[in-house]
Amino acid sequence: MPERAAFAPQYASVPHRDNTAELGMWVFIATEVLLFGGLILAYFVYRHAFLQGFAEGSRHTDIVIGTTNTAVLLTSSFLVAWAVEVFSPDTARLSAWLLTGAACLGLFFIVLKGIEYSKEYDEHLVPGVDFQFAGPLANGVQLFFIFYFVATAIHALHMLIGICLLTTLAAICRKAPTARHHTALHSAALYWHFVDVVWIFLFALIYLPGRSSS
Amino acid sequence: MWRQWIPFWQPGLSPQSGDVDLLFAGLLIASAVVLGLLFFLLTLFCVRYRSGNQTDREHRVAKSWHWEVGWTAASLVGFLGLFVWGASVYFEMYKTPADELDVFVVAKQWMWKTQHPGGQAEINALHVPVKRPVRLVMASQDVIHSFFIPALRLKHDVVPGRYQDLEIEVDRPGQYHLFCAEYCGTDHSGMIGEIVAMEPADFSNWLAQQAPSSPLAAEGGALFRELGCSGCHGNGSKVRAPPLEGVYGRPVPLSDGSTVIADDKYIRDSILLPRSQIVASYEPLMPSFEGKVSEDQLLRLVMYIKSLAGRSS
Amino acid sequence: MSETNYLTTDYTLRSWFLTTDHKRIAILYFASLIFFFFIGGAAATVIRIELATPQGDLVSSDTYNRLFTMHGIIMVWFFLIPSIPNTLGNFVVPLMIGARDLAFPRLNLMSWYIFMLGGCTTLFAIFAGGIDTGWTFYTPFSTLYSNSYVILAAAGVFIAGFSSILTGLNFIVSIHRLRAPGLTWYRLPLFLWSLYATSVILVLATPVLAITLLLIATERFFGVGIFDPRIGGDPLLFQHLFWFYSHPAVYIMILPGMGVINELISCFSRKEVFGYKFVAWASLAIAAVGFLVWGHHMFVSGQSLVASLVFSFMSFIVAVPSAIKVFNWTATLHKGLLRFDAPMLYALGFIGLFTIGGLTGLFLACLAYDVHATDTYFVVAHFHYIMVGGMVTAYFGGLHYWWPKITGRLYSEHWARAAAVLIFFGFNLTFFPQFILGAEGMPRRYHIYPPEFQVWNVLSSGGAAILALAYLMPLFYLGYSAFFGPRAPANPWDAPGLEWQTSSPPPEHNFATQPVVTRKPYQYNRNFQAEPQNA
Ligand code: HEA
Ligand code: HEA
Ligand code: HEC
Ligand code: CUA
Ligand SMILES: [Cu+2]
Repeated sequence: MPERAAFAPQYASVPHRDNTAELGMWVFIATEVLLFGGLILAYFVYRHAFLQGFAEGSRHTDIVIGTTNTAVLLTSSFLVAWAVEVFSPDTARLSAWLLTGAACLGLFFIVLKGIEYSKEYDEHLVPGVDFQFAGPLANGVQLFFIFYFVATAIHALHMLIGICLLTTLAAICRKAPTARHHTALHSAALYWHFVDVVWIFLFALIYLPGRSSS
Repeated sequence: MWRQWIPFWQPGLSPQSGDVDLLFAGLLIASAVVLGLLFFLLTLFCVRYRSGNQTDREHRVAKSWHWEVGWTAASLVGFLGLFVWGASVYFEMYKTPADELDVFVVAKQWMWKTQHPGGQAEINALHVPVKRPVRLVMASQDVIHSFFIPALRLKHDVVPGRYQDLEIEVDRPGQYHLFCAEYCGTDHSGMIGEIVAMEPADFSNWLAQQAPSSPLAAEGGALFRELGCSGCHGNGSKVRAPPLEGVYGRPVPLSDGSTVIADDKYIRDSILLPRSQIVASYEPLMPSFEGKVSEDQLLRLVMYIKSLAGRSS
Repeated sequence: MSETNYLTTDYTLRSWFLTTDHKRIAILYFASLIFFFFIGGAAATVIRIELATPQGDLVSSDTYNRLFTMHGIIMVWFFLIPSIPNTLGNFVVPLMIGARDLAFPRLNLMSWYIFMLGGCTTLFAIFAGGIDTGWTFYTPFSTLYSNSYVILAAAGVFIAGFSSILTGLNFIVSIHRLRAPGLTWYRLPLFLWSLYATSVILVLATPVLAITLLLIATERFFGVGIFDPRIGGDPLLFQHLFWFYSHPAVYIMILPGMGVINELISCFSRKEVFGYKFVAWASLAIAAVGFLVWGHHMFVSGQSLVASLVFSFMSFIVAVPSAIKVFNWTATLHKGLLRFDAPMLYALGFIGLFTIGGLTGLFLACLAYDVHATDTYFVVAHFHYIMVGGMVTAYFGGLHYWWPKITGRLYSEHWARAAAVLIFFGFNLTFFPQFILGAEGMPRRYHIYPPEFQVWNVLSSGGAAILALAYLMPLFYLGYSAFFGPRAPANPWDAPGLEWQTSSPPPEHNFATQPVVTRKPYQYNRNFQAEPQNA
């Protein structure tokens, strides 16, 4: 059976296989949306109850790192989109470079995040490990930081998975790219963009409250 | 209240429990009708159309939609009726009780502590006079418990971190089960007690016989000094704090422009989470007493502040 | 039987444990689920023995609490949720849509491994010392007070959740993309509609459970967390998140059963399912509205009265599509040619028991009555009627129905009917008394109870003994038939579905030639013979 090599028997054709895979990725992203959705819902409930505490907590985050990270991620998303755009078996080298770049930016994001964590640790802002915050808003601030650490940690985990995906794809693009890797690339890109979008939400929720002019 | 006109209907032990029983009967009847119809049809079809039986199987119902609309609408109407009925009784049961505090209930693993305003304390028991609404103010020291009196068809969870009001009324003297209905750990099934309903005269006798511990408000007053509240709220203190005389039950203007009625919950929040509601024109100076006072002590403080209600500042 | 089928292609262990064939994966799941069912059942047996007397004479309170927790956790997450979808569904979905496999066979295999990993983690937690929070993990008990293996058990459930998600994803994508030519949506068997609806819930609700369990584990690990009332956290928020998953999850636990019933009722009354489109859309309606009723588990928790009102209202609304289904099944029998083989007995049992369970669900949805009934045995009886009387019954029915297809063997009809009847009686004897107990006010999760409740408890325990025996019977006659039963023809029930148009057991890739669908499902001619979907 010659066609066995090209695609598994349950598919009728290569395009059939590819758009099936893409649908799979979309359904997976729907799952992920709900994963973060539950967390963000909890955030809003508490923000409503501890408005000032959350604003205060937010003022103790590092907006410079936060903003840099946002820029870093957006750039990496752009690189990934570009890599998908130019991908074909002959231009795969460029894609490989773009993907490597995006993965490096992802790593850079993680490093910055680590620096931010350690700063927060020094400021005694890690609930359950070392949290000292005097004053009346302590409860709200603590809840804020619990949310902050859980959300960013889960996000960072997603980043790590994404980085692995991108690196693998970059390696493939360098070695033996074929047309069938286009779908894989496309799906990985969807995932990466999704992780990026989640960050934009987290950015707004974490760094911005309490920083407006009022 | 129309149930009093139904012949042979036993009144419940309290106004609401009677309503609940009636609702239960209604639900049973509705279910019996539906189930009866369903089982009748199932049996009929199974017998008539069993494979050995020669019978007319032609001329089947081809168009289904008017059947569908019919039974969808019928169920919907039935459901709506039950919903409205259930909801109206529910609101009757959980209506915010009149603001007269009668008994405090503190739940902890694995016992119920109840406390009458005069200071009489009980464990796993609660004495109440009959035919008089009693308001319970409930708090939990640790995990979630649930205050359940099956005879009264009444139950409410007791969630740590907040007060819960519940109004109970018993119409007939007797002893009734009190259960903890929310799973709370090892001895959950041992967290049971008794509600003893007595004629008012017996009840006053009983109250009088109890070990004369000092009234809650008095203990609260002592705490008020011990904990340093009087340092700020007392006369002649240097800190500018609002006087607490006459506060209870009155509207308090807050710094964000709104007003709240100073009820138990408000007082409790003021002590535990002072920053959540700041009295207008005061500085947010008051420290939180979260973790520094137990639920028992809180109750006493609230009682004390309440006892100041009559006095003017 | 000269040609090979999926069972005979290869006999090595490797060919089973590394298979990507949906049929073999279904068998892997099936074997694991029997195992979990018996563990959960053994716990139930000890519970029932203990409750035969009001004192706590068999086990200590701590043990009792661990028993019902383990019973609930195992039965819900490691038996009932994967039951029909992952065994029967895995087996017949590709067959029914005329595909050679699911869309992502390797994910399918992976989901089984993930499931087993989750299962082993939970079992480990149970045998290391157990968990005593109840299957609902309510905070702050679970996070700050319980002295048991909460993190480990939660991790097990968390892991198993991913297997649910992968299965749901696989079904959704397969049903969208792999349908045989001519198989339009309105030609899909209703089992697929209900599995589709189930999958939507699996994919959208499970992640919320995942994040909630994660929050529990963090809170327990660090000693402070988002639900901690000491820092102003709200234990009720946990309940909201938990039920946001767990109420939809109860529909995960019934929709596949309803789907199976459609197949059975239609096949054994030789008639098209009455009101096909209504039944199909009812599944999706249940899935959608099911997301909006979670607060009916919290009527006495202190949530706002308005919220209670809304959730009560929505609970009545979500019952409407179930009612539609019940009425349509009944109407399907009308003027059919009814045969009472074992699967049909299970189907009829399902209709009766599910309706009783559903109607008592309405009692609970009715605000004022729930105040009395919540956290009593009334609730226990309600959900066992639906989950055991409904879903487990449907599972057994479906298992018997597709057994010849799965194993290529016929089972003993006599034994099967006897077991079905015995299960029905044992079941009612076990759980009907619990309604009475609940109405009289016996709280659930009670190890020791006031003596006046004993009579009904003894009846219930007696029923449980019969039920246990009855559940053991299929193990023997089905087990026997798998090896020694007579060979089954391709279409023993003369049913029209695509899965019956290939040999029994099916060949490795299901169909020798790609089937082309030409008509609606469930068609029978004037002589009550099936008209295959693809002829
Ligand atoms: C498969 C599982 C399953 C299913 C399908 C359901 C279905 C329903 N459930 Fe149930 N439920 C559980 C499993 C399930 N439940 C579990 C496990 C718990 C306890 C959890 C715990 O605390 O541990 C629970 C608890 C539970 C509660 C909370 C009780 C409490 O703790 O206080 C409520 C309250 O509203 C409820 C309601 C309903 C309703 C309205 C339905 C409806 O969907 C039912 C719809 C069906 C019908 C109504 C029958 C058919 C209809 C007709 C024949 C129509 C004709 C009728 C008339 C016109 C009257 N359920
Ligand atoms: C989801 C599916 C499911 C299933 C199938 C069952 C099946 C059964 N359940 Fe369970 N049950 C739950 C879900 C389920 N349950 C849940 C979610 C809870 C709530 C838990 C909580 O509160 O947290 C609960 C709680 C629960 C309680 C209440 C405990 C309490 O509140 O204190 C009881 C009590 O009778 C009970 C009994 C039974 C019985 C008798 C069966 C029977 O149907 C089981 C029959 C099967 C067998 C018996 C196995 C086969 C036979 C053998 C293995 C015999 C050999 C064994 C020995 C001799 C030991 N269950
Ligand atoms: C450091 C000073 C200080 C101490 C100690 C203190 N309070 Fe206060 N309290 C304040 C101030 C200032 C306000 C007004 C601002 C606000 O609402 O937070 C206030 C407000 C209140 C209010 C709300 C009054 C109103 O008019 O609405 C109550 C009730 C109260 N305190 C009770 C207590 C109790 C009980 C204690 C002891 C356990 C206590 N306070 C200890 C300073 C203090
Ligand atoms: Cu307290 Cu259960
Ligand atoms: Cu529910």
